Amino acid sequence: MPNVSMTVNGKAVSAEVEPRTLLVQFLREKLSLTGTHVGCDTSQCGACVVHINGKSVKACTTLALQNEGAEVTTIEGLAQNGEMHPMQAAFKEHHGLQCGFCTPGMVMSAIDLVKTHPNPDEKTIREGLEGNICRCTGYQNIVKAVKTAADNMGG
Amino acid sequence: MYDFNYHRPGSVDEAVGLINEDAKLLAGGQSLLPTMKLRLAQPSDVIDLGGIPGLSDISVDGSTVTIGATATHASVAASSAVAGAIPALADLASGIGDTQVRNVGTIGGSVANADPAADYPAAVLGLGATVHTNSRTIAADDFFTGIFETALAENEILTKVSFPVPEAAAYVKFANPASRYAIVGVFVAKTSDGVRVAVTGAGGSVFRASGMEAALNANFSASALDGIAVASDDLNNDLHASAEYRAHLVSVMAKRAVQAAGG
Ligand SMILES: Cc1cc2nc3c(=O)[nH]c(=O)nc-3n(C[C@H](O)[C@H](O)[C@H](O)COP(=O)(O)OP(=O)(O)OC[C@H]3O[C@@H](n4cnc5c(N)ncnc54)[C@H](O)[C@@H]3O)c2cc1C
Ligand code: FES
Ligand code: FES
Repeated sequence: MPNVSMTVNGKAVSAEVEPRTLLVQFLREKLSLTGTHVGCDTSQCGACVVHINGKSVKACTTLALQNEGAEVTTIEGLAQNGEMHPMQAAFKEHHGLQCGFCTPGMVMSAIDLVKTHPNPDEKTIREGLEGNICRCTGYQNIVKAVKTAADNMGG
Repeated sequence: MYDFNYHRPGSVDEAVGLINEDAKLLAGGQSLLPTMKLRLAQPSDVIDLGGIPGLSDISVDGSTVTIGATATHASVAASSAVAGAIPALADLASGIGDTQVRNVGTIGGSVANADPAADYPAAVLGLGATVHTNSRTIAADDFFTGIFETALAENEILTKVSFPVPEAAAYVKFANPASRYAIVGVFVAKTSDGVRVAVTGAGGSVFRASGMEAALNANFSASALDGIAVASDDLNNDLHASAEYRAHLVSVMAKRAVQAAGG
């Protein structure tokens, strides 16, 4: 079996994988990082979003082997010294979740959104989260959370 | 997903050498991997184009925008050079799917895949672009040959697409609200050789609306399209829209595109 090496949440990791192993399977099954979720098999729900070299990507639609040498950040890698990332804190503050299944992907997409649009209006936020589906919240509080986080992140 | 052998060639020539009857090229994977996950495709070998240096370059000289096969939708959307030369092209790229699809999906994958509802084919045909491969160049008018079918041979790799800069152009789509694929999308370009109107989403493959082109060559304004419609006979009829509704949408989107292009 081929070997793949990458940096995940700042740590160098390396493992043998079948070529068909998706990045999300590598994260969940080999590294036990189960915060990254799988909500569909059609690449549409965004529950699996992680950052690859700083950009948000659906981890269910990229092979582990395609990411040889990459820097990957998952939801587990956001908190620093026990302090939540401002986006996580804003989701908590505004109750931007109900069941929480979509939340890791939402948070990862939202961070990428604020990086590219430091001061997003409501329309920009809704368009930026086009690739993330939430079955519970109706999105209102998610949009509020992203707006607050953008302000707190210095936008 | 069925298992396969994975290859990551360092050059186009090396990639061509790896192709066999059951192999598949992998670019962004945003169309191929979902198909493989559903076991609708079962390649023996997957040849990843992601490690080939220079294949994603974007360049603009006075009259031509050239985009490398593995340039992502996000990089085309964010390119100020593309936006300066052909704003309609950058705009089209920014409306594909969602942020995460745009961050990895590529122009080469989209054009080679020739999904009947994809956006890029409308720009390729609407602008009269040239498709470059490892062995030849193909004019847009000869490239798209049917549903998911193109003039590419099995052992041919699309390397770049060059778009002539038009006088004015715009792309307007009626998007599927879930996927953002075009239920109907119309690309209108005013070029020195006349007006071109390319329609995606409506039929089995992107096509030119010649009746609309003739009307717009006489008078480049939305009102020139009053009463002109494409025939619904060969249009797609599915759960998203009936053929008659698609024919209606083609006229509406075409008028909006002409207006957006300043007509
Ligand atoms: C949720 C979702 C929403 C989407 N919405 C839209 C949308 O609104 N509009 C739209 O147009 N598309 C949409 N797409 C498709 C997306 O644009 C894909 O990125 C694109 O169709 C394929 O590009 P890729 O680089 O991902 O190619 P891949 O999936 O890697 O490859 C697609 C096909 O092209 C072949 N191929 C790839 N590169 C080459 C090459 N250089 N030479 C020859 N053959 C090649 C492959 O062998 C394969 O058969 C969506 C996809 C998803 C998952
Ligand atoms: S699991 Fe649904 S998009 Fe990845
Ligand atoms: S909180 Fe339940 S899916 Fe979003």
